[in-house]
Amino acid sequence: MALATDVPKESFRLSMLIYDSRYRAVTIQVVVLLCFGLFVAWLLNNVVQNLAARGKVFDYGFLWARAGYDINQQLIPYTNDSNHFRALLVGLLNTLVVAFFGCIFATILGIFVGVLRLSKNWLVSRLMTVYVEMFRNVPLLLWILLSYVIFSEAMPEPKAFRVTDEMVAAGQEPAASMLFFDSVAITNRGTSIPAPLFSRGLGSVDLGFVSLNLTFLATTVVLGLSIWANRRLRASARATQEATGIRPVIWWKSLLILLAPIVLLFIAMGFHLDYPALKGFNFQGGLQVAHSFTALLIALTLYTAAFIAEIVRAGIQAISRGQSEAAFALGLRPGRTMSLVILPQALRVIIPPLISQYLNLTKNTSLGIAVSYLDLRGTLGGITLNQTGRELECMLLMMVIYLIISLCISAVMNFYNKTVQLKAR
Amino acid sequence: MAENFVRSQMLPPEAPPASQSGALSWVRENLFSGPLNTILTLLGLLSLYWLVSSSLPWWLNSVWHASSLGECRTIVAASAGEGATGACWAVIRERWHQFLFGFYPQDSYWRPVLALGLLFAALAPVLFAGQKRNLAIILGCVAVFLLITLPLGGAGLVAGLLVAVLLAALLALSQSRPQGLLWFTAIYPGLCFWLLWGGPIWTPIAALAGFVVLWVVFRLLSPRIGVPVAAGVGFVAAVLWWLFAMGPVVGTLAGLLPMGLPKVNSDQFGGFLLAITIGVTAISCSLPIGILLALGRQSDMIIVKALSVAFIEFIRGVPLITLLFTASLLLQYFLPPGTNFDIILRVIILVTLFASAYIAEVIRGGLAALPRGQYEAADALGLDYWQAQRLIILPQALKISIPGIVSSFIGLFKDTTLVAFVGLMDPLKGVTQIVRADINWKGIYWEPYIFVGAIFFVICFSMSRYSMYLERKLKTDHR
Repeated sequence: MALATDVPKESFRLSMLIYDSRYRAVTIQVVVLLCFGLFVAWLLNNVVQNLAARGKVFDYGFLWARAGYDINQQLIPYTNDSNHFRALLVGLLNTLVVAFFGCIFATILGIFVGVLRLSKNWLVSRLMTVYVEMFRNVPLLLWILLSYVIFSEAMPEPKAFRVTDEMVAAGQEPAASMLFFDSVAITNRGTSIPAPLFSRGLGSVDLGFVSLNLTFLATTVVLGLSIWANRRLRASARATQEATGIRPVIWWKSLLILLAPIVLLFIAMGFHLDYPALKGFNFQGGLQVAHSFTALLIALTLYTAAFIAEIVRAGIQAISRGQSEAAFALGLRPGRTMSLVILPQALRVIIPPLISQYLNLTKNTSLGIAVSYLDLRGTLGGITLNQTGRELECMLLMMVIYLIISLCISAVMNFYNKTVQLKAR
Repeated sequence: MAENFVRSQMLPPEAPPASQSGALSWVRENLFSGPLNTILTLLGLLSLYWLVSSSLPWWLNSVWHASSLGECRTIVAASAGEGATGACWAVIRERWHQFLFGFYPQDSYWRPVLALGLLFAALAPVLFAGQKRNLAIILGCVAVFLLITLPLGGAGLVAGLLVAVLLAALLALSQSRPQGLLWFTAIYPGLCFWLLWGGPIWTPIAALAGFVVLWVVFRLLSPRIGVPVAAGVGFVAAVLWWLFAMGPVVGTLAGLLPMGLPKVNSDQFGGFLLAITIGVTAISCSLPIGILLALGRQSDMIIVKALSVAFIEFIRGVPLITLLFTASLLLQYFLPPGTNFDIILRVIILVTLFASAYIAEVIRGGLAALPRGQYEAADALGLDYWQAQRLIILPQALKISIPGIVSSFIGLFKDTTLVAFVGLMDPLKGVTQIVRADINWKGIYWEPYIFVGAIFFVICFSMSRYSMYLERKLKTDHR
């Protein structure tokens, strides 16, 4: 009778490290780790030697030294007496503000174009195809440079807006005029838009190195409360609908909840607009927006919107035709079909690539250097780096900051993605 | 009794009513099917009209012969009346060579042109594997292209004859043994480097000889000490050859047989020559690295996986500009003191690493999309890891990821314009700035940007069309 015998126990040989699949993985990993460790050690050694040869030390102390340069767009108070860290913060905020508005505008435009590209209207869908292909196949840098050049060279000088007494007498029009009911002036020096001002603002509280703007804080809090109350209202309406089958009419209540508190708050704080006006050689008053910001924002928006349009189109096309046919069979109108049936499903396909477009847009804001927009790259990685000569510290810090921004965006968007994805049961 | 009438033959079908066919119905269905559609059509027509009416005179009044912007404007004003606008293409006519070649020596323009032509000859066996007709068409096109451009670019008779012989040989090879063309693809990088940068011909030959060393050592040792160890030893031997033996060998050979082309420095490169050099090199190097990184990220080995993930996420998290500045400012810190090598090479390395992280993510998507059964079937057949990847997994995964890979390539090619920020002369910012700084052409902007943008558009658009062709060709499922 045959007996099952154990596999004869092999003694361990050195060659088994390579040829035995039980040990090979370990061997490879140890070798990889060793090589990587050696590589890192080699890099660090080189860095130490190079720093010593240049007589430098790795030190971030320079961040607290006086910066000594001006930044033309500052969202927090900054003078050239502030330190480099403050300049870094100003630059970081400039990066974030372009990225923020860019993402919003690009999403709106992209969805619009993506839906229109699928339109049955032959002319409109062709026009949108031309737009998408044109912007996707030409470098972003070209759009940034071109829009900046158009703004700064093709726009009229401030003096072209002047209306003199002789011109009034002769019935002549000035060479250039302001847009949107005399509220926006685009000159070759910058764009002047009306500035929101509060005559009875709440002031601000100084908290050490940042000052907290109470007006802004109050607006945010009121808006947040309104949105929260509106969600409660909608939830209760849904509960009523599920209990009785009839959805109560709430649109005017929700409009009231969303608008009334903020309007009241603005009236209480004395909200008014400060319009720009031509005084002397340039426009005074209002908010001066530098062309570098406008050009960067426009170029980023148009460029990214073309990519988002493609994503939206692919997402809508990924939903099978049966879905829209079923919706039509239920008697839904095309608009309702889109908003209730197609888009919620398409959203699941759209969001993951949308996240990477937002990341791309944020990283592409660093191209602002082409039009001298002082973002993080322009302050920390530009002027600060050149002034202090600390390439290693500045570049490493800048990379870490960009990395953190990217990780934050993808974390937030991934969380949102989780809430819209199908819940697997 | 009433007589029943039964028709004995069928009537021909009636033509559809006039409102349901023809141009009128098409217009009604596609442009004016509802109030919303009508509004959209009218808006579209309005914007089209605005676009055409504002730019058509500008195009029609184009000026090709002038020596400055001011002269252009005078000509336009003289021919089309005061206040008319007109394009001034004279700037392109005068400076086209800078947009294409930067400051590359004018009498050597045939060298980059030849390198470009041969690039297509080298790509043909990869892009159209084994299709004799397509290969012949491409090689024929290359031959015609070179026939026209080489004399214009100042190539000598000897160079022309050598190129003719080479192309004839390639054409013959493509019809007899199409696989053999891959050898040309293999030696093309060395040839291209030599054509572009010049120097003694022995440098690329000795560099390629390093691979021969690797292969010889591998073949000699692999029966005795096994494949993996032999590959490692061969690699070390090749590195030793490149580091220590290559310099003296090239020096000796160049002393004995001084054959070569005049040297061209990297700072003379510019325009599309620079963009294409960086783009093509980075594209071809980033694909294999990207595949390895994707496999590393999918690997079961925890350390390999962690390193791959860290690398990919780091590269994808920072803008390309910071990496380019790393190339120009930081590499001097990370390399041994006194090391200093070519800025173009440094940029190419960093751009390659950047692109490979993105390609790795695309390929990882393809790997993840493969059904688990494919991996299990490969294991069941007894294939080892590399065989399974090579024969079963990667062909399918790469096929799925073609659109993503090509769009990464397009992005990479567009991103080559960013090298302007580290002082290289890219066609967009570098050269255009030089042209716009010229006192004659101060204030010109549409023309250079349209010219450069159009070339980028043609290249990127044809790349995306090729990817669509490939997708259709490789599609094997029936849907």
